[in-house]
Amino acid sequence: MNTFSTGSIVNAGDLPDKPAPIRTDGPIAWLRDNLFSSRTNTILTLVALAIVLYAVPPALNWLVVKANWSGGAEACRANPGAACWPFITARWEQFLYGFYPQAERWRVNIVLYVLLGGIFLLAFEKMPLRKWVGLLMLIPFPIVSYFMLYGGVFGLPVVETSRWGGFMLTLVIALSGIVASLPLGIVLALGRRSTMPIMRLVCTLFIEFWRGIPLVAVLFMASVMFPLFLPPDVTFDQLLRAVIGVALFASAYMAEVVRGGLQAIPKGQYEGAMALGLPYWKMMRLIVLPQALKIVIPGIVNTFIGLFKDTTLVLIIGLLDLLGIVQSSINDPNWSIQSVPYTGYVFVALVFWVCCYAMALYSRHIEEKLHTGHKR
Amino acid sequence: MTESAVTTLPAARPSFWRDPAKRALVWQALVVLVLAAFVWMVVKNTATNMEQRGLASGFGFLETSAGFGIITTPFIDYAETSNYFQVFLVGLVNTIIVAVVGCVLALALGFVIGIARLSRNWLIQKIATFYIELFRNVPLLLQILFWYGAVLKPLPGPRSLHEAGDSVFFSVNNRGVIFAEPITQPGFNLVWYALLAAVILIFVLRAWARARQVRTGLQFPVFWTGLGLLIGLPLIAFFATGMPLEFKPAEMSRFALRGGVTIIPEFVALLFALVIYTAAFIAEIVRAGIQAVSHGQTEAASALGIKPNHRMRLVIVPQAMRVIVPPLTSQFLNLTKNSSLATAIAYPDLFAVFAGTTLNQTGQAVEIMAMTLAVYLTLSLLTSGFMNWYNSRIKLVER
Repeated sequence: MNTFSTGSIVNAGDLPDKPAPIRTDGPIAWLRDNLFSSRTNTILTLVALAIVLYAVPPALNWLVVKANWSGGAEACRANPGAACWPFITARWEQFLYGFYPQAERWRVNIVLYVLLGGIFLLAFEKMPLRKWVGLLMLIPFPIVSYFMLYGGVFGLPVVETSRWGGFMLTLVIALSGIVASLPLGIVLALGRRSTMPIMRLVCTLFIEFWRGIPLVAVLFMASVMFPLFLPPDVTFDQLLRAVIGVALFASAYMAEVVRGGLQAIPKGQYEGAMALGLPYWKMMRLIVLPQALKIVIPGIVNTFIGLFKDTTLVLIIGLLDLLGIVQSSINDPNWSIQSVPYTGYVFVALVFWVCCYAMALYSRHIEEKLHTGHKR
Repeated sequence: MTESAVTTLPAARPSFWRDPAKRALVWQALVVLVLAAFVWMVVKNTATNMEQRGLASGFGFLETSAGFGIITTPFIDYAETSNYFQVFLVGLVNTIIVAVVGCVLALALGFVIGIARLSRNWLIQKIATFYIELFRNVPLLLQILFWYGAVLKPLPGPRSLHEAGDSVFFSVNNRGVIFAEPITQPGFNLVWYALLAAVILIFVLRAWARARQVRTGLQFPVFWTGLGLLIGLPLIAFFATGMPLEFKPAEMSRFALRGGVTIIPEFVALLFALVIYTAAFIAEIVRAGIQAVSHGQTEAASALGIKPNHRMRLVIVPQAMRVIVPPLTSQFLNLTKNSSLATAIAYPDLFAVFAGTTLNQTGQAVEIMAMTLAVYLTLSLLTSGFMNWYNSRIKLVER
């Protein structure tokens, strides 16, 4: 400008260098973009940082660094300000098997290994014979497992269900709940979308009833009312009653999930199937359900996660599942140490968290695979 | 198929079994029959069983004196001599209190966490994700037991905190949260009137601001003015009448705190667990709802020059609400139903005092469970009715 006003249109010398542009990559730029992009953001970051620094080191100290990893109750009593893991190691067999007789625990182990193997095989989509593995796990496996666990056949001694407990009981209730509720839920969902008015009414009432009442009430009814409903000479095992209650409860939720899938199938699919002359059940089995169930896998897994967490409620009717058995071990006078209740609860939380989070990840993976629309 | 076969098709008259309409009738008749048989069997068995066990039936027990105390009985005069119907009412009130307070707090916390989950601030986003993944995947009952058994119960007792004869204005101990009881003096009514006036004024103000915005396009800060009115007017009335409110502190006797307002630890534990657990789910719902609003809406709002915080409030959230409300309803229902877990820590909600203690004392399982279930079903219907009304108000108006 200056040079221009003196009459010349050519600069006399070099103009001063412009400052370098702000870096848009590298850690500094990342920090600026993600943590300090504005005044509000900077304040938020500092507050969050303060919370993290306040909470995380003590938690880690308690859980890991200062925790008691070995020794017995004495070691924990000497250091009550941190987790007492020996409590878990001393009791972990009980936490896993409950009061299942020591000599018979191999039966539980076999069932557990088969279950884990089945889940492992099913987790891979490219696995050959995957369909058959799934079918085997869904129908013969629960029946065989029941005889394995209960006994009374092939010379296996009977183990009363009152001796079952711990994580094994959690799995038994959750898995039998899911295995029973899936087919029942599908039938209910089909009934709710049926053209027959009475069928629809019955299914809708059934679903809404079970969805409207708390699971505690269901379990309570199973333990208090169920015996009243049966003929006087018929008695049912307490565990079986709880499982029936859980299964009916879960089937109502499952029905709603499946109904969502049925509604998402375009009408053309139904009409196409009918045009091919397929009768109702064939249309459902061959055309509609395979598509509908596939898109609701995430919903089914989420229902299962809910069911799995809800199995803890059986402690209210006196069954000792994992939480129940830990809860009663906490009150053991030999372990009356300040840190033991925390350790017990953290342990149970960890077990449930790992199981549920793994299932949630699987469900999310399926969801992403099915999500073929536009992504942001 | 030959030509002749097509032309000589007989009139469509399927046999009885091939006619879908008739088949449907048969199936439905069958279902009705099976259900009727089932119900009849259950009723008959129940009657025989109750007779055998010498159980009474009917609702006469509701007038019997209960004979047990309940630790907290808000809004209802309850004594050990009260009858079972009053036990029912106490339980109902306690359930409703924890459900309503829980829903409001869970919604607030869930919204904050859900928005934090989408924050552009990396740290905030990670903390929100951690919160959601942690609390969503741990059983609620465990969380309740944790808050109650591991956090609130180990708090120091009132005797180790206060000397005998102390006046205590606020105290957190293993008996709960105790604070001084506010006692209104004559003249305090004016404060209530001021509050009422503020509420009416806010409605008037809102209508005026909207009309003005339609007319001139100018916005008026209704929220902040309203907040000012809501706090300011009663405050002015309060000072103008010479502060007619006295706080009567709790007195420390030799063993316990007497007087004051007590929020029992069972309530606190239940509320904490319910709110923290449900908020994690609500946060995910809010996140999904906001992400469901097409990105084009954000871009269009920016193109119109709407400021970022207005963009969220005026463009994104109203559209997200349509996606959020239905699953939110089921979360509220879940919270209400989950409040029955109170029975595990003996918070006197409907389930604990009525389906628990009363059932144990009277043994009238059928009547008591019927009443309890009827309450939960009604609460569910009311909640979903309200949310459906709200949903129809905010849903997309298509012309």
